[in-house]
Amino acid sequence: MSENLIEFNNISKFFGKVIALKDVTMKLKEGEIMCLLGDNGAGKSTLIKTLAGVYKPDEGEILIEGKKTIFDSPKDALDMGIGTVYQDLALVPLMSVTRNFFMGREPLKGPPLLKTFDIEKANQIAAERMGQIGIDVRDPSQAVGTMSGGERQCLAISRAIYFGAKVLVLDEPTSALGVHQASMVLKYVVKAASEGLAVILITHNVHHAYPVGNSFTVLNRGKSLGTFDKKDISREDLLGMMAGGEELSKLEVELKEMGRINN
Amino acid sequence: MSEKAKSIASKKSSGQDERLQNVSKLKLLLNRPELGALGGAILVFIFFGIVAGDTGMFSAYGMLNFLDVSANLGIIAIAAAMLMIGGEFDLSIGSMIGFAGICIAIPAIYWGWPLWISIVFAFAMAVLVGYFNGILVVRTGLPSFIVTLAMLFILRGATLAITRLITGRTQVPGLRVLIENDPIAWMFATDTFKWLFTWLGSMNLIALRTDGTPLATGIPPSVIWFIAATLFATWILMKTRYGNWIFASGGDKNGATNVGVPVGRVKISLFIGTAVAATIFATIQVLDAGSADTMRGNLKELEAIAAAVVGGCLLTGGYGSAIGAAFGALIFGTVSMGIFYTDVDTDWFKVFLGAMMLIAVVFNNYVRRRVTESK
Repeated sequence: MSENLIEFNNISKFFGKVIALKDVTMKLKEGEIMCLLGDNGAGKSTLIKTLAGVYKPDEGEILIEGKKTIFDSPKDALDMGIGTVYQDLALVPLMSVTRNFFMGREPLKGPPLLKTFDIEKANQIAAERMGQIGIDVRDPSQAVGTMSGGERQCLAISRAIYFGAKVLVLDEPTSALGVHQASMVLKYVVKAASEGLAVILITHNVHHAYPVGNSFTVLNRGKSLGTFDKKDISREDLLGMMAGGEELSKLEVELKEMGRINN
Repeated sequence: MSEKAKSIASKKSSGQDERLQNVSKLKLLLNRPELGALGGAILVFIFFGIVAGDTGMFSAYGMLNFLDVSANLGIIAIAAAMLMIGGEFDLSIGSMIGFAGICIAIPAIYWGWPLWISIVFAFAMAVLVGYFNGILVVRTGLPSFIVTLAMLFILRGATLAITRLITGRTQVPGLRVLIENDPIAWMFATDTFKWLFTWLGSMNLIALRTDGTPLATGIPPSVIWFIAATLFATWILMKTRYGNWIFASGGDKNGATNVGVPVGRVKISLFIGTAVAATIFATIQVLDAGSADTMRGNLKELEAIAAAVVGGCLLTGGYGSAIGAAFGALIFGTVSMGIFYTDVDTDWFKVFLGAMMLIAVVFNNYVRRRVTESK
């Protein structure tokens, strides 16, 4: 357990004159949840795309299970076990749970040239996988459009795990969700980590990140402000470190003065 | 603050019981895309059964008549439906019908090619036109509505110009004599199950001509092609990986691309499908009439799209069925023929067609909202 599953050492990424990422370092072990915090424009998206193999870093190195690795394409990253769940989830609302779950990677059966989509097997796996998360898909052929936002997020995560993710990269998985839905997603993330996955949770919501994270990396204007273990940092400190945290507390004070916040 | 409100509003998802399962199955049935068209077809048959039940519309001859019309439309409607599920339109279907017709007739009559080579040539041209449509849409990212509208004019114009250049007129007759002994033409020109009709005739179960042969001689080739196309398209959509890719490409192009679906290839193949279906339509008609006409297939693309929409296809893609489109075509074919058996002036057919489409679109919109809205 001492070996890091994934390691970013001094990763930098430039777009012309713009420094999108500078000397970002982070390490992640099996079963660990690292929350990547940062305001808009902090470089979160660039970091995700570097993780997912969309961008190649201009400086620094990526180590997977101790081996130096270069991702040539998103598929490369996938093959290495980096499963990225983007904000748009890549789900089609009009299609069924099963058809979404296996979209692009359908299980086949039958003789060569006449291979058909093994719907029964796919249905069974999809229902089983969703059941493991505690989402009772009454019928795996029901449209994804009928599912709640949290359930959809869980479906996308579950799909990434099923197709071999060892490191889960979750891009703002709770940003569009209410409290109940968000907690459902976060519970699932914790469960996935407890089963041995490493999770990188990207968010700007400290309140969602703090309860589930083991460590926290704060990005600000393309630079890492450091990685902190949970025991070393409080929720308020994290909030303060993020750009805008200061402004938020100012806003809170101002609002209090206006008598809008009663508690 | 608003997040709390949202979470209270959102329903809990755990702890469902079996009672809900029953409800959801019923709902699922109601959500099937072809349900509306099936209901519509039943209504149409009941209507004509009452209004024209004693007129011969439902005699063997009458039924084959409206089935033939439905089947011809159905062949292109199914291909149009698959393309629509894949998220695109093809407005050049009608022009492709005319173009395919002269691709068969001119080589066969004026250049002395064997008929079967002319037919193969027409299909090769269809693949080319479909591929060109597809690659234009995929590469430029322009709406297929515009790209294929351009193709509608280009193909129709070229058909007219080329035919007049080579033949000096706009019709090419004289094909009928070439059908006999041709290794391919029979597939598009032979009535099947003749023995059945002869037997039915001999039992005096169906109407006979004065010479004792049955009035209805067999199932026309269009009906066989129509049934085959419906089964094949349904099999593809429901049972194959490619079918899943069609739904995915039309449902969410970006999402599908992100998980590895070759969206461009899927769309191009569907455009080839509509052009090939138009050529099947054209071949059957040309061999049946024994002549090609440059204006053949005019406005057929709109009828095909209308049938697909009545059959439950969403204009925005990602949803629909081949069986639905088949029923849509059956509705149009039945009404267009059935109207002759009633006292209603045939001028009203287009009014019906339009009204039917409007109702279908409103209904589909409702279905879509039900399917996509989260609980």
